Amino acid sequence: MIDEKKIMHIAKLARLKISTDEAAHYGDQLAKVLSHFDQISKIDTTNVEPLVSPLEIDFFNDDSFRKDIDQSFFTAEEMLENAPDKMGNLFKVPPVVG
Amino acid sequence: MDLLTASFQDVSSAVKNKKISAAEVTQFFLNRIDRLNPQLNAFTHVNINAVADAELVDAEIASGKNTGPLSGVVFGIKDMLCTKGMPSTAGSKILQGFIPPYDATVVARLKKAGAIIIGKLNQDEFAMGSSNETSFYGNCKNPWNTDFVPGGSSGGSAAAQASRLTMGTIGTDTGGSIRQPSNFCGIVGIKPTYGRVSRYGIISYASSLDQAGPMVSSVTDAAKSLEIICGHDENDSTTVKNSVEEFSKNLNPNIKGLKIGLIKEFMLGQSDPDVEKVFTSAFNELKKMGAEIVELSIPLIEFAVPMYYLISASEASSNLARYDGVKYGFRSEFKDLSSVNLEDFYAETRGEGFGAEVKRRIMLGTYCLSSGYFDAYYNKACQVRRLLKNQYTEAFKKCDVIFSPVTTTPAFKIGEKSTDPLKMYLNDIFTTSTNLAGLGGMSVPFGMSSENLPIGVQLTCAPYQEQKILNVAYALEKVSLVQGKVPRVY
Repeated sequence: MIDEKKIMHIAKLARLKISTDEAAHYGDQLAKVLSHFDQISKIDTTNVEPLVSPLEIDFFNDDSFRKDIDQSFFTAEEMLENAPDKMGNLFKVPPVVG
Repeated sequence: MDLLTASFQDVSSAVKNKKISAAEVTQFFLNRIDRLNPQLNAFTHVNINAVADAELVDAEIASGKNTGPLSGVVFGIKDMLCTKGMPSTAGSKILQGFIPPYDATVVARLKKAGAIIIGKLNQDEFAMGSSNETSFYGNCKNPWNTDFVPGGSSGGSAAAQASRLTMGTIGTDTGGSIRQPSNFCGIVGIKPTYGRVSRYGIISYASSLDQAGPMVSSVTDAAKSLEIICGHDENDSTTVKNSVEEFSKNLNPNIKGLKIGLIKEFMLGQSDPDVEKVFTSAFNELKKMGAEIVELSIPLIEFAVPMYYLISASEASSNLARYDGVKYGFRSEFKDLSSVNLEDFYAETRGEGFGAEVKRRIMLGTYCLSSGYFDAYYNKACQVRRLLKNQYTEAFKKCDVIFSPVTTTPAFKIGEKSTDPLKMYLNDIFTTSTNLAGLGGMSVPFGMSSENLPIGVQLTCAPYQEQKILNVAYALEKVSLVQGKVPRVY
């Protein structure tokens, strides 16, 4: 069981509104899933470089990037087409400065 | 021509030779969707312009243009891929109404080859699930028996293809999401090596694991469509520049002397007796064909499931941060936007827009990446991931192809496992390690269970050795009891 305070903190970090009922539920389920993960902690990984992607591409090799030539992709109208709310060519959101 | 059994090659040449029009082929499948989809719920969206799209291909043929190797071939696309002008929801409420302004590279390549996109296919929400029960648009059913799940997350692709509502489909596979539903529905599914297929325009779940691939009715069709969607893409720097072989031309069922590896850790009696039976009979066929059997050990495979959930949830928590109710998709209703706090605005929309399983994984991933836990969980899992990959590299020095079951059981009943996430996660024991190590994997149907549900076998290859698993699958297909069978949907 992970306590409600901890779960609420995680939910805040994840920008997820959850109810106290949900928090209890997640606390229980996450603890169960994580206990299964505890097996991994016993494996010796001294000096092992973490593998974050199976490819290990050298992104700083010139070859990995396309040529730096300007190309047109989408218009502002196309990019705003799906917005739930907009004004002119801007996305409408709550006040971001108080 | 029987469109239910015709290959891509058959249909494409008939369309090019004007024996049948692409529009007629498309109409045939639209009629089947009309008649059978209500029982299956395999589609989240049917393309009302499909016949018009097909007429464009017909017009090009009439004007003497070469329209490509998939001319008039009808494809359904998992809703995880962006399709220009067609809704793309990833099975989630949070993407309800989203209509992308562009096609995913995979979709663009299919269209360029002359394929017709007939619609979008149901899936677990954001590909998180093994039963298609987490879709916001209702669960999809298995056409062999509608009391059973089609598998997941590409459940709609598997159900549509098995019941021939499409000629071919595209699925995505992060931990088994192509292979497991292909197995449950009796079709051929291939997850290419990581880096083979562009992820541009594919809604991201776990970027270091996700790959798209064909889910089709035969190994020949799998080879044909794979060679079309593979290849380097400027828009995805994780695609490799390796040349793409002509998989379909090179298909060869002679596997005499080929080394087939059996992993000791997979043979511990985890499987249902029906799965064991089908596996053993396929194994005996391989021996009869002259394959050499090699026993292997990959001890870290035992930890693949927890490693997979930890890494995929961590990547998901980061990838899904983009759904904020601002740019596209769903936004919660706010009476007065000017009095809402920005953080509450995000939390409200995300709390309402994501389903329970997605929220659970975002929570898990956020926990594993949060300060104080990062080293113990995410970083540790990535270190073990390298050790696992190394063990596979050693194993592939001793064999050409690894042979195993796809899942421990055939398709299970709707509602049977959805209440216990851990139980559901453990179902992925044979498939997740392929993604962690970035290998190629394939599910090919072989036998039937006592409940008359199809069961397949899994073939895994070293990076970029897809031709080898395609060849073994091609050999097995010739003696498969499922090949060519179409379930009757009532």
